[in-house]
Amino acid sequence: MNTQQLRKERIDRGIKVRSDGLYALMSWREMVYLALPRFILIAGMLSLPLLMPGVYWQRVISIVCIYAILALSFDFLAHYVGLVSLGGAFFIGTGGYIAGILNSYFSIPPFLTVPLAAVIGGAICTLLLFPCLPLKGVYFAIVTLMYPLFMARIIEAFDIFGGTDGILGIDSFSSTFVEQYFIVAMLLIFIFAIRRMVTTDMGLIFTAVMDNDQAVKASGISITKYKSLAVFIAASMGCMAGACLTHIYMWTGISMFALDFSILPIAATVIGGSGTLVGPLLGCLILVPVSELLRDFGTLRIVFYATLLVGFILFKSEGLMVFGQRKYEQFERWKGI
Amino acid sequence: MDILVYGTINSVSLALMGLGFAMVYGISRVPNFAHGALYIICGFVTWTLFQKVGLPYVLSIFLALCVNGLLGMFMYRFILIRVRGMNISEIICSYAIGLAILEGLRWGGFRGMTNTLPVFMEGSFMLGGVPVDYHRLFMVIIGLLLLAGLWVFTHYTRLGLALQGMAQDEQAALMIGIDSDFMAMLAMGFGAILAGVAAILILPLGNIVVESGYNVLIMSIAVCIVGGLGSWMGAFFAAFIIGFAQILTVVFIGSHFQMVVALMAIILTLILKPSGLFGRQKELEERV
Amino acid sequence: MTQPILKMQNVSKMFGGVKALNDVSVDVFPGDVLGIIGPNGSGKTTIVNNITGFIKPTSGKIFFKGKDITGMPPHKIADMGVTRTFQIMRPYFSLPAYKNLVIPLFSPRAKRTGGWRGGGRHGDRATVAVDILEEIGFERDSNIPFKPTSSLPTGYLKRLELARCLSLKPEIIICDEVFSGLSMSEIASMVPLIEKLHEEGITIIMIEHRLRELFQVANRVMVMNFGEKLIEGTSDEVMADAKVKEAYFGSEKIEEVMTYA
Repeated sequence: MNTQQLRKERIDRGIKVRSDGLYALMSWREMVYLALPRFILIAGMLSLPLLMPGVYWQRVISIVCIYAILALSFDFLAHYVGLVSLGGAFFIGTGGYIAGILNSYFSIPPFLTVPLAAVIGGAICTLLLFPCLPLKGVYFAIVTLMYPLFMARIIEAFDIFGGTDGILGIDSFSSTFVEQYFIVAMLLIFIFAIRRMVTTDMGLIFTAVMDNDQAVKASGISITKYKSLAVFIAASMGCMAGACLTHIYMWTGISMFALDFSILPIAATVIGGSGTLVGPLLGCLILVPVSELLRDFGTLRIVFYATLLVGFILFKSEGLMVFGQRKYEQFERWKGI
Repeated sequence: MDILVYGTINSVSLALMGLGFAMVYGISRVPNFAHGALYIICGFVTWTLFQKVGLPYVLSIFLALCVNGLLGMFMYRFILIRVRGMNISEIICSYAIGLAILEGLRWGGFRGMTNTLPVFMEGSFMLGGVPVDYHRLFMVIIGLLLLAGLWVFTHYTRLGLALQGMAQDEQAALMIGIDSDFMAMLAMGFGAILAGVAAILILPLGNIVVESGYNVLIMSIAVCIVGGLGSWMGAFFAAFIIGFAQILTVVFIGSHFQMVVALMAIILTLILKPSGLFGRQKELEERV
Repeated sequence: MTQPILKMQNVSKMFGGVKALNDVSVDVFPGDVLGIIGPNGSGKTTIVNNITGFIKPTSGKIFFKGKDITGMPPHKIADMGVTRTFQIMRPYFSLPAYKNLVIPLFSPRAKRTGGWRGGGRHGDRATVAVDILEEIGFERDSNIPFKPTSSLPTGYLKRLELARCLSLKPEIIICDEVFSGLSMSEIASMVPLIEKLHEEGITIIMIEHRLRELFQVANRVMVMNFGEKLIEGTSDEVMADAKVKEAYFGSEKIEEVMTYA
């Protein structure tokens, strides 16, 4: 067949379905079409712990979800508010330490420390980041990259909260089952809640702050208020993830502020698709298990995902999720002219 | 007196670390987060050539610097050029490259205490009652010479003036026929060489360890932020401020706090005066 | 004598060593349309930035309805009803045009006052936004209000700037060169809009280079040069002034300038 006489025809199904709300409701096929990705996401995440062989891989799923929550908070901050925070470890560490302190010093059970860590940690992170909120772009990125290092050095230097040894003997969740489903459910709730929130009028303000903060000021809206609100939301998610991690490891320490927690979520977001909010989860589902498989090779896994990250930024910066979404929504076929 | 002497030495080594970073950012506006990795890799190449291959010390230093310069240029030509202008991608990308290099070296078994470079000249002398070894003296002298050389280079040579023109306004530089991508590539090369020079001057004082790559990155960012991103003179003065502050904390509080000072300096500067001591960009940006 | 709604008192602003504004005082009364003219770089936009809080004056005071607003943050000042347009348009490029208005309609002031004509109090904001856009000259039945802002031409972006001010239910609108960059016909359709706003009782401060259109709507004109206020008066008084002729128009005859202004 001579390709000269053919052209690629694209039919955008997403537009067809969405341009006509009623039409979608009248056809089972279109309703299934709209609901299927969401169903796969929910059912897939809920069944993953059951499908995993052995405790080790079940634990990996928990870690995946924790990273995914962190990556989600990065994605939200970076692509919906315009604050690129390279300090995911700051959130994880703060949440982890708060949960650890609450649990081991005040013996509060895990199901209370996690929400408490989310709220208190979110507030603390927002408070500490508050002076940096007027910063933009590179400056905010650098300052957030420095915060976790700073916290780790402070804890080390003052020898507080167990110093370099960290806090040991923290309670774990009552069972693996609870642990798994609690984290998976949190992740799903966060994904859908954030997706919903960014389309509300308040979410629009976040986007506007990213687009053009001067115009937001001229509209009589305090950008500091909305930026700190966004940071609080993201920090709460990060701190909650940190608290869960602490309870899984039954330990908290300086390595909670390690660079791993800053770089892996970013890599996951880039690979999964920035700005999609589901992409980060997809990225984590790929990266974390692979890095577990490479655990025997030590730091080679960091080399691996750094290389993957660079490759994706250079050659596929839209990420897997955007790519997949396009393929799902468009039918392509060759058509003779 | 020892505060003065060690403060100066510390400051000059900080300035050496920060100079490359400041140069790359100043000219091409690329925050080169792989700076620490370039620093370590130069030490590594020198060490391999000198200890393993057995070349003369000076020759291996020279070759290592060339390799470093080429590496920097390749990094720009094949990777960073594609994300140019997207600040965050630049940071993430260069950081990932640096991470890959550093962790790759670590994985390659490059972590022991055995990897050391010899000092240029053994022995020491007394300066106002403080023993100073000749290598440190060399470091200070070469550092100052390098700074002076750079100043002359950027103010009196064609290439240097072109680089400066690009630093001030890239689009205007394009209009008068300066190839901005080529210049940015050169800048990356120079930055990498400067990182290498810093490595060769500083590393013989200790072991070549991968961790110091991260520390160098943090210190150079600290120096550049406090001095104002993109301002070389600012970076130089900031190096003295941070250098002396560090020595003072070590003397009066404890060596644990050395890094805290640098991080504190970054955070405080960004909060109080994001343009740094000598930066002007911010003021221009803020005009409505 | 009525109280001035906006009062600038000996405002000066230094940029580094440069005096961008030197001791400028002006009173704006309710219902005024004040035109500010002057050569480029004479400090017109600096006045706007000072009034709306984007820049803090080095010295001097600014009062709105007798309340000192010097150095207040921009969103507080906008919240009191002093709104501005930007000379270089600043829409939210990633949003469609009507979503651009949802943001000001979400502001505390719009929630409190109900926005322009009270529409923000009931109904959802997107509908109100389209209403405002129609009023300001976006064709309702076309797809223009729903297009991405990045694809709109300058004329619509200028209107969008005005619409953003209007959705806050402003007491003062400061228009920073709304006519610049527009074609003659676009300007011709814009002038009645400004006149309409004036008749609704909104105080307007206009910074303009298009003198003919400005003199149509403005009842007072202030001339700036090198950061200083040269003269203030009606358009005829200003045009007749020798200092203005010299500073603003050079030595040319005023009639000649007017023919191509």
